[in-house]
Amino acid sequence: MDNSQNERKTMIHVSINGREYEVPAGSTMVQAMWYTGHEVIHGIGCLGGVCGACATVYRIKGDFRLRNALACQTLVQEGMSFSMLDSYPIQRAHYDVATLSDPKEELFTFYPESATCRNCNACTEVCPQGIDVRDSVWRANFGDFKAVADLTMSCVMCGLCVSRCIAEMAPHEIALYARRAYGAKELPFPANLRARLDEIKGGTFSREMDRLLSLSPDELKKECEVKS
Amino acid sequence: MSDLVDSFYAKMPEFDETPPPGLSPEARATLLKSFYPDYRPEGKATIRVGPNAGTVVPEEIATLLESRSRIEGTRALPDHPDRDVDVLIVGGGGAGITAALHASEQGAGVLLATKLRVGDSNTVMAEGGIQSALGEGDSPVDHFRDTFRGGHGANDPALLSVLVQEGPGMVEWLVSRGILFDRDPQGNLSLRKGGGTSRPRLISAKDYTGLELIRVLKEDVVNAPVEILEFSPAVELLQGPGGACAGAVLWDLDSRKYLYVKAKTVILATGGTGRLHLGGFATSNHFGATGDGLCMAYRMGAKLVHIDSFQYHPTGVIFPSEMAGMLITEAVRGAGARMYNRLGKRFVNELETRDVVASAIIRECSEGRGVPTPSGASGVYLDLASIDREAGEGTVAKRFPNIVKLMTRHQVDPTRVPILVYPTLHYQNGGLQTDPNGHTSIPNLLVAGEASGGLHGTNRLMGNSLLELFVFGRRAGLEAAKASRERAPFSWKEVSMAHVDHFEQLLAREFEGADRPMAPTLFPDYRRKDS
Repeated sequence: MDNSQNERKTMIHVSINGREYEVPAGSTMVQAMWYTGHEVIHGIGCLGGVCGACATVYRIKGDFRLRNALACQTLVQEGMSFSMLDSYPIQRAHYDVATLSDPKEELFTFYPESATCRNCNACTEVCPQGIDVRDSVWRANFGDFKAVADLTMSCVMCGLCVSRCIAEMAPHEIALYARRAYGAKELPFPANLRARLDEIKGGTFSREMDRLLSLSPDELKKECEVKS
Repeated sequence: MSDLVDSFYAKMPEFDETPPPGLSPEARATLLKSFYPDYRPEGKATIRVGPNAGTVVPEEIATLLESRSRIEGTRALPDHPDRDVDVLIVGGGGAGITAALHASEQGAGVLLATKLRVGDSNTVMAEGGIQSALGEGDSPVDHFRDTFRGGHGANDPALLSVLVQEGPGMVEWLVSRGILFDRDPQGNLSLRKGGGTSRPRLISAKDYTGLELIRVLKEDVVNAPVEILEFSPAVELLQGPGGACAGAVLWDLDSRKYLYVKAKTVILATGGTGRLHLGGFATSNHFGATGDGLCMAYRMGAKLVHIDSFQYHPTGVIFPSEMAGMLITEAVRGAGARMYNRLGKRFVNELETRDVVASAIIRECSEGRGVPTPSGASGVYLDLASIDREAGEGTVAKRFPNIVKLMTRHQVDPTRVPILVYPTLHYQNGGLQTDPNGHTSIPNLLVAGEASGGLHGTNRLMGNSLLELFVFGRRAGLEAAKASRERAPFSWKEVSMAHVDHFEQLLAREFEGADRPMAPTLFPDYRRKDS
């Protein structure tokens, strides 16, 4: 919701998709787009900084640097000029995690470009989540998938790293592959889950469940009233 | 900007650690009745038309259900459908994706149509976890009892027993897809505590649980033999022989054209209604949560259950105001976070059920003990610093990195200062009535996920909605594949929108020809009205 009016009435100058506007200070980029009458459909999703739909490129007047951000999470500034990158084209591997046999080698079948990283670090610099993307690519290449998982758990798949990669790879897709392979193929199956699955299969709880289901609504309510 | 935050936090009271008074069952009931929005008379309307006529619901829900179609005129269909499929799934969140994967595994031809991109949903935003009874001394039976008590005994026991018994099997499925849940040093799935439960039972991926689930399952559904149509919300269902569902009309948001889909079975996985902002509440929901499935199915005569029951999650951010509605997971309270009013006093046990905690916050604010914000709202302090004090420095940063990241972006460091919170519209407890296989009261129309009702009763426990998506998404997918195989062939000529014509006639009669608002609205409109 556009709640910014009461709190901060100062207006600032921004440029959205190349057109100049005045918007209230304290608005996020998306709120500034609403304020100026844009119907935002591509480039919007959760509005909570996790879905990665609103990758955006911007500059501040007087500063040569090209910057990137998530539009739902970033406040506009005086002299800001921004455009959304609704969707960045990527190549996605076609695989089934269950049938991987040698995931560390198969990485180079699915993503051969992964090995061509030239260490420029642009991916890390652009990441709105602050992930060390360059390191995660190298860890994946060296087969340390656990490290990839630890480094990239907060990845929102916005694809900004792809937009800057001079080796033209998709680091976020490579990280997803490595995390999945680690979870499905390297980590041991959780013992507490195995034990409970066996109990359920063996019918350990069926009798008590059947008894609960045989009760009248009032009896059931009474039965469940206190914590066990 | 930073000045505003600094001056806000300069006025904090000393926090008094004295535990809040406990609540007797009677006091709890009185608190709910006095302050919880579901039980308050203001902002309500009685449904006048359709299967749920006579039910008192929030005005916005009555407007949604008693609305006219976006499709006007004769509603004639084209000579041929644009697609002819076995299973049409409407909605690309957790339930829709799970249903698509399971239906296609059965060999059904599946079309998944969704409003935004696949995965844009409330699922991706889920922070806290999935409830699954894996602990020693815990059991599916205890999970049943806690959920039934938390739902005020209004839960459908048949649905609930399926949820708790099949839940661990779905967790196994998720682990096998490579989803990385937090582990303890022995490699077990870590179990956290949520409100209203007798045992720690939440499995999570830090506070990125939904993101981790969607990243993986989205990749799977994109790689599965499933046709996906993004930016194509359904705006009307189609009716076939015997009143059974026979497909849907999609609206292509880019070409601005209708797309007609003939389907042997339709699964509605359209999610909730947060973006209707019931009672003016901010919401934690994603941009497309406008209750589309409810209104389309209601026009077809589908029954709704508990559609007067909503979850106002106690802890939505209320300051800085550009973050209004954003959720702070209940897991922080499970980990020991505390709440204080303007006087610095604790006022409720932080691990009461969500409706009780939300009511207590509303009580504090409406009785003048709320903390005023610069924009004229009011809230209470949610202090995470107590987590680090009890569990060791760095615990918040390690377990809740997303919250720290999001708040810090807005100059609030939650490891140092408390977050100001107020209840936020979070979840639709009720929805389309369903049996354990996802059937609504309309033949060949199934439902899964938040759009369905009955499972949670009138208050949902944390972690049960994610579990529901997988348990009942799978069941709906399998059942839809089966129902499609078994359905007698029918021709496109037998398909129509006659039910929409009929419903609009009922509306015209009941409302004496007054113009009704159009739905589904698909999105909220936050554009400045005076521009």
